Amino acid sequence: MSLARNILSGKPDVDAKKLTAGQFIEADADVILSNDITTPLAIDAFEKHSEGRIAYPERVVLVADHFTPNKDINSAEQVKKVRNFAHRHGVKFFDAGCGIEHVLLTEQGLVVPQDIVVGADSHTVTYGAMGALASGMGSTDVAAAWMTGKAWFKIPEAVKIVLNGKLGEYVSGKDIILYLIGQIGVDGALYKGLEFTGQALKELSLESRFTIANMTVECGAKYGIMEVDDKVIDYTEKRAQRPYSPPPAGYSIETDKDFDDLMEIDCSQIAPQVALHGSPANSRSVNEIEKIKIDQVVIGSCTNGRWEDYVKAAAIIRGKKAFSSLRFIVIPSTAALYSRMVKEGLAEVFLAAGAVMSPPTCGPCLGGHMGILASGERALATTNRNFTGRMGHKDSEVYLSNPEVAAASAVAGYIIAPGKIK
Amino acid sequence: MKSEKDKFIIKGRAFKFGENVDTDQIIPARYLDTSDPDVLACHAMAGIDEDFSKKINPGDIIVAGRNFGCGSSREHAPLSIKAAGIGAVVAQSFARIFFRNAINIGLPIIEVKDFKAQSGDELELDLKKGKLKNKSSGEKYSFPSFPGFLQNIIQAGGLMERIREESKKGE
Repeated sequence: MSLARNILSGKPDVDAKKLTAGQFIEADADVILSNDITTPLAIDAFEKHSEGRIAYPERVVLVADHFTPNKDINSAEQVKKVRNFAHRHGVKFFDAGCGIEHVLLTEQGLVVPQDIVVGADSHTVTYGAMGALASGMGSTDVAAAWMTGKAWFKIPEAVKIVLNGKLGEYVSGKDIILYLIGQIGVDGALYKGLEFTGQALKELSLESRFTIANMTVECGAKYGIMEVDDKVIDYTEKRAQRPYSPPPAGYSIETDKDFDDLMEIDCSQIAPQVALHGSPANSRSVNEIEKIKIDQVVIGSCTNGRWEDYVKAAAIIRGKKAFSSLRFIVIPSTAALYSRMVKEGLAEVFLAAGAVMSPPTCGPCLGGHMGILASGERALATTNRNFTGRMGHKDSEVYLSNPEVAAASAVAGYIIAPGKIK
Repeated sequence: MKSEKDKFIIKGRAFKFGENVDTDQIIPARYLDTSDPDVLACHAMAGIDEDFSKKINPGDIIVAGRNFGCGSSREHAPLSIKAAGIGAVVAQSFARIFFRNAINIGLPIIEVKDFKAQSGDELELDLKKGKLKNKSSGEKYSFPSFPGFLQNIIQAGGLMERIREESKKGE
């Protein structure tokens, strides 16, 4: 049975016979997440239609991370509305600077394997790396889940993705997911559920797995879920705020035939990737692209803002300087990561290289603040999207890569493979 | 006030867009600092055409290719389109979060794979009968009705309305 259907069939009020592709079900959400952009709309819907009582306040998490620290008066008003709502209803609220939601929730132990997580944020799929069934939805879905504890799902076709092969130098989760999106396109997994298994998955760090799961939405997937192994259990044990029951040891979909489609990826053939401007599907080997001059490099985000990401970037740029005319922006994803970067010397490495270190925020990733591009400017970012106007002016360009390629390119002033900088 | 029958008929001009129109183009992030539908309406499709909202008459129809609404989960995207007066969106396919957001807030969306129209064509849509007519070209199309689960949400006027109706029934 697929990982997702296994989770759903164990939930109360779910009819296991209805778990075939195309069927509609309603299921209890264990975590109901929203942020400073999506929560205000949910509050409007909730206050208009409900009697003002949240069914399960302990499941609700609100994070102010997109336009925070408040970038202007309107953003301040939105966050105030969210903060007041949180206090009124006694739900968890993480204010400015606590962290980027999808890094923060795992760090804080608020998500555990086998959870159903619904979030008014498309990158809610990130929690699939911990074996949770996690899907991005809208503000009205969140308002409905506050009211009833439930969300509606259309059961998607399940696609098994087997990751094989040993990863090459400077290759990590970002390169695997950019490669996959490049192969199938931005709607290649539309309405589908991706389920990951394989020897290469077992060898990947949790950080790399989070990056892969995070970007499954960029090919249209409803979720990107992964098998639970000792690494996930170890990570969860250290943090979990709730009791949890992991799937039985050794439970694997690797030989399961109950899938609508199958893809095998030989990770040994994947070079560090760069997605050229316009779409995450424009990915290719960094070694194949012409010399593309850049004005800004951004390292961070819910996609590549975990400890290993900063360590890898720092290893590349240690003792070097960012190119003279380039803005080098490093965004620690959570307050705890920021503190660790200071304590363990990473902050000094980046600052010595000429970095601007911002407080934890989604900021430039979505063209919010803290690094907006002017017309004609180009950025290389470890973020997740590079559609027209994503980081600023509609005539600016965004390229996507892993943290090592980003750090090397910050030194060179143009996009370059990490092994090639002097 | 529209009669019960007229509620399902949408007539307007086509505004044509391409494939993979993402939410950064439908409503760029710089306009996400409000949840007021009237303000959001002014910025519908602003990532492609800043003046879009000034050009449309109530009932006009957005026509697009594959994967309309991909990208972020921002419900501001379908909300801005609906509040701007767009009567429906016809596309070859929709990104899944945009799809559910549109259903949840009551913006009619229709998937028609082979639909042909140019910007400015006069269109007529009958949601109940599943008929779409391009009056300018004379071509007619049909589309299947939504599954029962979604019909219930649509007929109630949105997800919150459906939940409220059900809770009243349960009392």
